[in-house]
Amino acid sequence: MNRMSWPAKLGMNILAWLIAVLMFFPIFWLLLTSFKTNALAASRTPAFFFSPTIAGYVNAIVDNAYVHYLINSCISAIGSTLICMALAIPAAYSMVFRRSKYTDSTLLWMLSTKMLPPVGVLIPIYIVYKDLHLLDSVWGLVLIFAAMNLPIVVWLLYTYFKDIPEAIIEAADIDGASLLTKLVRILVPLTLPGLLSTGLLAVVLAWNEAFWAINLTNVHGATLAVFVSGFKSARGQYWASMSAASVLSVLPILIAGWFTQRQLVRGLTFGAVK
Amino acid sequence: MAIVQLKDICKQFDGGEANAVDHFDLTTRDGEFVVLVGPSGCGKTTTMRMIAGLEEISKGELWIGDRNVDGIPAKDRDIAMVFQSYALYPHMSVRENMAFSLKLKKRPKAEITKAVNDAAEILGIQNLLDRKPKALSGGQRQRVALGRAIVRQPQVFLMDEPLSNLDAKMRVEMRAEIVKLHRKLGVTTFYVTHDQVEAMTMGQRIVVMRDGYIQQIDAPNALYERPVNMFVAGFIGTPSMNFLKARVDDASQRLIGEGFSIAMEKAHETALANHLGREVWAGVRPEHLDLVTDANAGTTDNQLTGTVEVIEPLGAVTIVQVRVGEHIVTAELDSHTSLAMGDPAALTCDSHKLHLFDAASEKTLLETSDSGKRTTGDAKTTTA
Amino acid sequence: MAHPNKQRSKQAAARLRSAALIGPAAVYLFIWMIVPLAMTVYYSFRRYNLIEPYIKGNAGFSNYANIITDPNFIAGIINTLILVVSCLVLTVMIGLAFAIVYNNDHVVGKNLLRTFAASPFFIMPVVTGLLWKNLMLNPSFGLLAALQRALGISPIAFLSKVPLASVIGIISWQWTPFAMLVLLASLSAIPEDIKEAAYLDGAGAWQTFRYIVLPQLGRSLYAVIMLETIFFLVIFGQIYVATSGGPGNASTNLPYYIYLQAFSSYDIGAASAGAVFAIILANIVAIFLVRMISANIREDS
Repeated sequence: MNRMSWPAKLGMNILAWLIAVLMFFPIFWLLLTSFKTNALAASRTPAFFFSPTIAGYVNAIVDNAYVHYLINSCISAIGSTLICMALAIPAAYSMVFRRSKYTDSTLLWMLSTKMLPPVGVLIPIYIVYKDLHLLDSVWGLVLIFAAMNLPIVVWLLYTYFKDIPEAIIEAADIDGASLLTKLVRILVPLTLPGLLSTGLLAVVLAWNEAFWAINLTNVHGATLAVFVSGFKSARGQYWASMSAASVLSVLPILIAGWFTQRQLVRGLTFGAVK
Repeated sequence: MAIVQLKDICKQFDGGEANAVDHFDLTTRDGEFVVLVGPSGCGKTTTMRMIAGLEEISKGELWIGDRNVDGIPAKDRDIAMVFQSYALYPHMSVRENMAFSLKLKKRPKAEITKAVNDAAEILGIQNLLDRKPKALSGGQRQRVALGRAIVRQPQVFLMDEPLSNLDAKMRVEMRAEIVKLHRKLGVTTFYVTHDQVEAMTMGQRIVVMRDGYIQQIDAPNALYERPVNMFVAGFIGTPSMNFLKARVDDASQRLIGEGFSIAMEKAHETALANHLGREVWAGVRPEHLDLVTDANAGTTDNQLTGTVEVIEPLGAVTIVQVRVGEHIVTAELDSHTSLAMGDPAALTCDSHKLHLFDAASEKTLLETSDSGKRTTGDAKTTTA
Repeated sequence: MAHPNKQRSKQAAARLRSAALIGPAAVYLFIWMIVPLAMTVYYSFRRYNLIEPYIKGNAGFSNYANIITDPNFIAGIINTLILVVSCLVLTVMIGLAFAIVYNNDHVVGKNLLRTFAASPFFIMPVVTGLLWKNLMLNPSFGLLAALQRALGISPIAFLSKVPLASVIGIISWQWTPFAMLVLLASLSAIPEDIKEAAYLDGAGAWQTFRYIVLPQLGRSLYAVIMLETIFFLVIFGQIYVATSGGPGNASTNLPYYIYLQAFSSYDIGAASAGAVFAIILANIVAIFLVRMISANIREDS
């Protein structure tokens, strides 16, 4: 495509910048607001230049127990991802290297559970959690997040393992490798970048999850999603704090998200897009 | 080193109808180099994978040395395999690749180092030991794959089309290298290839397969001189043997077809006794055809006449395709030939080197060598 | 001799081994997804209220009858459909346009710019709701209000005057990057030489796009539409935060309706009946999607 005239090239570049700026602007504005005073945050004339304050952050962290929710978010996101990995690695290995006539349908069935609306299983899970005292518990979220992300993780690992030539696994067989050796010494090192980004994607999805967090927890086991949603009825006077809390909740994961763009597409499309 | 016995082995895949390998029967000599050759899908790779233990045997028995290895996992069969794709572990250095199996066997460090160094020296890859596979050329990877097999000092080497990913020049080089290696180590070797030149140049014995059946097991020359059927005859040798549908003329004692007439030899008479007046396939190799010129016109019999359709000068020889009646006959001629496209041409053949096959079963009508006689292709060829 | 029996037992053992590997994942999903699904269906036929435990017993179809006659449920279904279709149209068309821009090799720093453009997708839905509700759309202090005032228009109270349209806008902002990223991946997979061949055949930029690129994008577009439908059917966080389904039921979608039934009215039976509707709705799309994925998997293996 080396045949564009220079005005067309310039136009494309301007367009590309415009799109990026417009799409990102609300996030930028959130970031900006988080450094304002509460009064300035809710002024009728938008302020772009001001002397920044960290009062909003202090308020979010000190007065609103940000750290408690942060810890819960970390536990639920990382814990659920570890469960996913532990379940998905052997499953994907088996689907790729020990194929049977049931493999494809098992994989499809797993993917199809991701198409089930969460609201379709909310009520029984709520009731069972109530009986098991898992309501408002971060461990309850760990378990449900793992179930929520498992199909995506199985699918991604399946695609990564498929890229490993079968002959390498057979060579390892002949060399005398046990199943564990094959997984730990061959498969995991060979797919490490894929495994890491898959894990990161699972963390991102669990971190951002709101439906289960809001419905199953409120204080003890609550994650940052619940914490932030607590600001939903905040009037103008708390906007700086709200923005600071939001920034604290999304910034690490936004940056992680930037690095998982590819996996995200691959993981959320289940191979429907080739 | 060991004798490998495949006793009446069959392989049927899940859901497959026909056997992928059908009644494969072969006993190697100790230290023999056996080549399995045939077109793709003939079952040669499946056979090798059964020896390796990567595929289960559906029926039959497999012995390596004095052990029946049925049910014994690949790693305990005392075999080593060189894969077509080499299957080197990409995240390990050459040294680690070669040492992996010994490490898993928990051999002492010193022993592993020595084994790796010895193998590297044999293959001339000492200077590559610390590189990763992706930093190697195709030929170097090939050597590493061989090295990984050698360090284990197995009883049997299995090589699955190990040269097919190399360029032509490298292939010829590695061919000789593998033969030398085999001579040096004396390990019983199975070698799978679809390339009949590789088979002929490397194998002490060659197993020609088609559609899961063994067609013929023989030494290279016997295969060339006494193919048991038209498939083997056509598969071995380049360019391929010409097949002409000929009528056995009782009165003139000649094989006659449109555009050709060939005298029957003494040897043919018994072979053709039951085919008098009927049609047979006459096979003649391109290298056994000659051009009829003014100089030898008077002394030649057995002429095939037609028009030149294609001329391919290769330098040393010239390949000419001549339309003789309904057949296209390929001849390997002197490179000085002055033929041009469209010229009429007469070819002559050496009738001693003529092959004769049954018109229906396509099996040879001539004497075969002893080992060549036992072929299990019967069922297939008669039903085909 | 390998006897047939032995052969069979070997295969059985192999099957057992691979079942042991897949088993845990399959059982886990079964327990967390299929068992609750069956329970939801069961509850939908029960009288069951969390704060009135003395009400119990078989409900027959009365829960279904109740919600079908509930105007909020009807509104929920209609809102869900409007939301799904509008968001699909917006995200796919805008996403495709964005993808074309970021697939252009003449754009300097296209990967970085694309990353910024994709950012909304990584924002927590709850934060998305808050951010738009307050900082952007608030009629007094919001950025858009300021913009409208600057243009001499009196600011619109988006979330109370056009709640569903506002929610559609918010969700489209969040999901356009998804369509963009997927379509961008497909666009960049179209080999350059095909486009060059079209150029040599005399096709202009538009013709190349119309006759070469778009047809090859067909499958991806179809897939994006299916996938987004599945995801849009279950939108919750943004609505929960931005409008709470209101005013009235103006922006209540099916998931939010079920949430209200369960946790405001504590009517488990009715909520479950609503959930069964949600499952059916998702399955209509999922059938097509699964078929497509299945074909792709089989093609690969």
